[in-house]
Amino acid sequence: MVRTLLVRGLLLGLLAGSIAGGFAFAFGEPQVDSAIALEQAHAAQEPGHAHGEEELVSRPGQKAGLFLATGLYGLAVGGVFALVYAGLRGRVGPRSEGGLALAAAGSAFGAAILVPFVKYPANPPAVGDPETINSRTALYLVMVLVGLAAIAIAVATARRVTAGPWARWVAAGVAFLVPVIAAWLLLPTVDEVPQGFPATLLWQFRLVSLGTQLVFWTAFGVLFGWVSDRAARRAAAVPATAASPG
Amino acid sequence: MSGLSAPTVIPFPRLRLWLLAVPVLLLIAYLVLMDNGAISQTGAYLHELLHDGRHLLGVPCH
Repeated sequence: MVRTLLVRGLLLGLLAGSIAGGFAFAFGEPQVDSAIALEQAHAAQEPGHAHGEEELVSRPGQKAGLFLATGLYGLAVGGVFALVYAGLRGRVGPRSEGGLALAAAGSAFGAAILVPFVKYPANPPAVGDPETINSRTALYLVMVLVGLAAIAIAVATARRVTAGPWARWVAAGVAFLVPVIAAWLLLPTVDEVPQGFPATLLWQFRLVSLGTQLVFWTAFGVLFGWVSDRAARRAAAVPATAASPG
Repeated sequence: MSGLSAPTVIPFPRLRLWLLAVPVLLLIAYLVLMDNGAISQTGAYLHELLHDGRHLLGVPCH
């Protein structure tokens, strides 16, 4: 049972990752190319700056690598999702398989993508100081953890409120937003956009980057929910004795 | 207790062994999204190969 879910998560994650890769390739690569062109124009003026000078991987190689990145990202995230889903199923959240898959995927997008994006939005090449990459990565991961912890607190809170759906949803929303807003306010701000970097390019890049994650989580949630619902219908159609207990 | 209305609860002892997959999956995610040679020992190669994906998935890249 767990193995079936894990394999489902891995394969559908790989598929959703490839779909997101297609989206990023079609709509994001033009922005990446423009940013790299700006970066190289700047590097040409500063002889000391080595980035972009020697090519380890060609641009076509990097565009193929995009699909490798989104595919493997989907595989890893899909596997973790499936194991969390296996633990939640029948215990927390919607009772239907498809409903739970969509709710969990939506929550994952909100908590692990949207929450860090608001504080530390995606940056195109040429934005960001390589010297600070470690601290920026650590801050980004802290924001992901805050989002995931906040969703857990919200779910735990909602389960304790018995005063009706309105009170439950409001309590869950407050329980989610309080730690998230506290982290947004307390964690250090990062702004390493160089002087003169085109605002429209930055905006378009950030939008398409968020879109890539939205495409991934939508595709993954829908696929996982659809396959799980179908499996549940088949299991319900055969006699109960034939169904494996676990 | 069958069908769409009430999915079978998987007992936690049954899940425990499978949780060993989580560190492996997180390692894959780390290598794809963040490694700059420290664990992969490929220098900047992995970073450069997965460069566009890192930017477009929204993680800090460089």
